[in-house]
Amino acid sequence: MIKLDMVTKVYPDGTEAVKNVSFEIGQGELCVLLGPSGCGKTTTMKMINRLIPITGGTIYIDGVDTAKMDENALRRDIGYAIQQIGLFPNMTVGRNIETVPELKGWPENKRRQRGEELLKLMGMDSGEFIGKYPRELSGGQSQRVGVARALGGDPPILLMDEPFGAIDPITRVRLQDEFLKIQQTLKKTIIFVTHDIYEAIKLGDRIALMKEGELVQYDTPADLLYNPKNEFVENFVGADRALKGLQLIRVKDVVKASPPTVKSGEKTEIVRERMERAGINWLAVVNGDGNFLGGVGKADLGKGDSVGDVMSPSAETATANTVLNEVFSLMLSHGLDNLPIVDKDNRLQGVISFDTIRKALVELTQRGKTG
Amino acid sequence: MLDAWQYLIAHPEKLAGWTLEHLWIIFVAIVIAVVLGVVIGVYISGRGKEHVADTILYLAEVAMTIPSMAIFGLLMLLLSSVGLKAIGFLPAVIALIIYGQLPILRNTYTALQGVDPAMIEAGRGMGMTEKQLLFKVRLPLAISVIMAGVRNAIVLIIGIAAIAAMIGAGGLGVPIFRGLRNARLDLIILGGVSVSILALLVDNFMGWVEWWVTPRGLKER
Ligand SMILES: Nc1ncnc2c1ncn2[C@@H]1O[C@H](COP(=O)(O)OP(=O)(O)O)[C@@H](O)[C@H]1O
Ligand SMILES: [Mg+2]
Repeated sequence: MIKLDMVTKVYPDGTEAVKNVSFEIGQGELCVLLGPSGCGKTTTMKMINRLIPITGGTIYIDGVDTAKMDENALRRDIGYAIQQIGLFPNMTVGRNIETVPELKGWPENKRRQRGEELLKLMGMDSGEFIGKYPRELSGGQSQRVGVARALGGDPPILLMDEPFGAIDPITRVRLQDEFLKIQQTLKKTIIFVTHDIYEAIKLGDRIALMKEGELVQYDTPADLLYNPKNEFVENFVGADRALKGLQLIRVKDVVKASPPTVKSGEKTEIVRERMERAGINWLAVVNGDGNFLGGVGKADLGKGDSVGDVMSPSAETATANTVLNEVFSLMLSHGLDNLPIVDKDNRLQGVISFDTIRKALVELTQRGKTG
Repeated sequence: MLDAWQYLIAHPEKLAGWTLEHLWIIFVAIVIAVVLGVVIGVYISGRGKEHVADTILYLAEVAMTIPSMAIFGLLMLLLSSVGLKAIGFLPAVIALIIYGQLPILRNTYTALQGVDPAMIEAGRGMGMTEKQLLFKVRLPLAISVIMAGVRNAIVLIIGIAAIAAMIGAGGLGVPIFRGLRNARLDLIILGGVSVSILALLVDNFMGWVEWWVTPRGLKER
């Protein structure tokens, strides 16, 4: 557990970068430091591993005042992923990841094992990458190695300063998803700095919103969105805060029942009757093994005899872990009324519609207002 | 030219002797200059040493501008006043160390200053001590620029070492000065050409060393 108590930083030139900030981060929680550029996020974070000397207040880790610890020992137990990635170009990917294990004096085979394990965790082939040099990596790969290096010494705490900042949006979303999955198993205590409200909402268990060195609100993402403390918070989360809440909900939270389906071999006449009886105008098409093939709309049924002839094979699907704003945007951009949910073997798990999304949002907003 | 060639055919052992003497002076001087230059360079690139760095680099620059004759003369005076041998090997080596300092010192300082601050922050943030940071990160990243400085220094002092013959240090300056005294063009040419060839060879060799010490991840192949 990390506790900041009246933490203050005044730089030698007189800049008051952090003013009397107090909050606590629970074991295994991911806390996002959020706020506009220059509000003191990086300064706050670097005071935790003492890269920046504190000028007032105290930071405790598990009840111990960090100022009283040996600074290098402290840092070896706090994983650190800097904003600029900062991989050492003179070392291989493996040696980079093994930096902290080496500093901690782990035996060679244990270090090597750790390197391979972490590359695998980051979804990289260790045989291919362990001997590569940083300049041979793409942006996304470098970011992954940067995170792997931060995890090197198996630290209980992780500090990450905009770790997914300098990459294209598509890779960023992928890295965020992977990172969330990893965090679900690792359960590290994480301080994550970002200025991106979407990233904060998506990743944070709690968000510390800062403004000009002060902590404005420290709350769960839902509370920040639906119970903003003041006008600054309201403006920062934006007028579309209802939509941003879609980030907080995953498909599995709202899609429960298995959907009605048709087989591609069925006759269109029979399917039309079924649709009319059930009052629906779209059905998912599966094969004998339950694998998703495509969708069939009521209007298309007249064009042929069997479902297989008239269905439209669909490439767009989501998984149980997809967040609703991605579902929503997929549906809008491809003009779909229904989006199939599949597992990793492409077996149909459910179908999500605009109505499901609307209901989920209403519920979230209500919860925010009452709680 | 032809005379110089004939002299070489007649007395190859003499040229070999001068060359060895020359190389030996250079070698001793450059080893000491590198140790001194790198140590001082590392020291002045430390945190909060900007003023010291400015002063030392300025002094090294001034030293470079003193004519070599003047340096040799000054050293002779200085050494004899403390009771040391004022001619020969010792003053020659000291003078060459002084001349070799600037390129080594300047390159070491600039290279260490030029190390991406992100690397330093990453290292420090992971719990490296200042010493570990120096040997694992800063020096490996600076080494090729430092070696380029050493290369400059060597080529520079190979030429200056020829003048050291004047104060009895031997080397390839011997035939040059003898030729000047006795109006023997062949000796002057022999000495001069040999110094140039030596400089070229050593420069090439150092180019290879520079490539060799560069960490693999930084090599441009
Ligand atoms: N070394 C420094 N000296 C003086 N002022 C600084 C220094 N570092 C940061 N600041 C100032 O402190 C404030 C907070 O900076 P920072 O923590 O980097 O903000 P953020 O990470 O939120 O963008 C800014 O106004 C910045 O200009
Ligand atoms: Mg910052």
